[in-house]
Amino acid sequence: MMRAIWLIVRKDVTVEVRSRELAYTTLFFAVSCVLVFAFSLVQEGRAAEGVGAGVLWMAIMFAGNLALGRTFERERQSETLRALMLVPAPRPAVYLGKLAAIVVLLAITEAVLVPLVAFLFQAQLLAHPFWLASVVIAGTLGFAAVGTLFAAMLVRARSRDVLLPVLLYPITVPVLIAGVRGTVAIAQPEFDADIVRFWLMLLVAFDVVFITLALWTFEPVMTD
Amino acid sequence: MTSVDFDEVSAEDVSRHFGRRRAVSRMSFLASRGMILGLLGPNGAGKSTLLAMLATLLRPSSGVIRYGALRVSDGAALRARIGVLGHDLFLYPELTARENLSFFAGLYGIADSEGQARAALERAGLDTRGNDPVSSFSRGMRQRVALERALIHDPRLALLDEPFTGLDDASTEALLGRLRRLRDGGAIVILATHDLDLAEGLLDHALFLRDGRIVETMAAPDRLRSTYRSVIGLSSQTR
Repeated sequence: MMRAIWLIVRKDVTVEVRSRELAYTTLFFAVSCVLVFAFSLVQEGRAAEGVGAGVLWMAIMFAGNLALGRTFERERQSETLRALMLVPAPRPAVYLGKLAAIVVLLAITEAVLVPLVAFLFQAQLLAHPFWLASVVIAGTLGFAAVGTLFAAMLVRARSRDVLLPVLLYPITVPVLIAGVRGTVAIAQPEFDADIVRFWLMLLVAFDVVFITLALWTFEPVMTD
Repeated sequence: MTSVDFDEVSAEDVSRHFGRRRAVSRMSFLASRGMILGLLGPNGAGKSTLLAMLATLLRPSSGVIRYGALRVSDGAALRARIGVLGHDLFLYPELTARENLSFFAGLYGIADSEGQARAALERAGLDTRGNDPVSSFSRGMRQRVALERALIHDPRLALLDEPFTGLDDASTEALLGRLRRLRDGGAIVILATHDLDLAEGLLDHALFLRDGRIVETMAAPDRLRSTYRSVIGLSSQTR
């Protein structure tokens, strides 16, 4: 199972390195989004408290939706998702491989977004890098866990581009709230680790629930 | 994963509906080791749906498909013995032919996936183009890579949907030879094709399909074209 997951992640990263399609589209979109908000919300070099965190997570979610749709569009074009369904690896391994690849690709976008938001919004995001990385990764994982399942389910739906955000955003609202609140807590001048830990644990709990449900449902929903 | 095997594939009263549309209706047949079974019929006859059910990609709405003593519920262990060449080629255009083959060999649990990919490229006659991306290949070359991808794990059951598409004469001859060798090696080959000229002399058994039903079966079929015309109808398009 671990080998299958590794092979799928390596394949997705190789495809992305060759095409750079996701990196360009998600980065361009996310950076544009951050810039637009910076122009409107930053006055005299400062933004209201917590705005940076909100903008960061909004950019991550929008870019994530774009990345999810595109990743599975690739699998649809040559029907390679069917080929993945045919291999003797357990089907949850296919899900976990795709999930891990999307998290890796989104992490690259986030590595650009976080310093950009910290700079433009004068937010102290990088004061506690360990906590920030934990919250961002846990939030991304929760968002991608639901998104990977839905994107795979919708791969043959005609209106998949419309349906994906319609299904994805309402279900991942808890992730968005916990991610934003956790990031706001990290950026506070008086850092309180207990508050950050609370939001981080909440994100981890969402991750566990979402991934468990997705592993449980992936095989039946992908068989027909 | 447990190593499993089977000697025959059987469909018993298998049907598949998509909403109100009946794609496959009460089909029954048996295919044994060392047999090439042809599915012949016009577009929309149910060939691809039947292949998808045999490949475990679709569940029958009713009826049972058995793989010897195995059922679809045997999951991964059963899939390890099935190879599928679809109408779409199941290849990543951004990856090279070698990377595609090595990737799938790895997923099928082959230890030396690089070596297997190299051997498959030689069989496809593409060993000098192995490091080129599949997107730069012609349809025929992609078809040859896709066939090797489908057979890379030496499956007991090979399901081939229009395997002759896009092949030139030399590649077609090579494919015919490959299919005969598969049969001689004890594989069960089930192929859907419109190419009756190529199918003639290759098939051990033929099923003629129309509107999701088997309308005629032939053992050791010859004169496929005239039989096809009489059972399917003159209006159907065949090459």
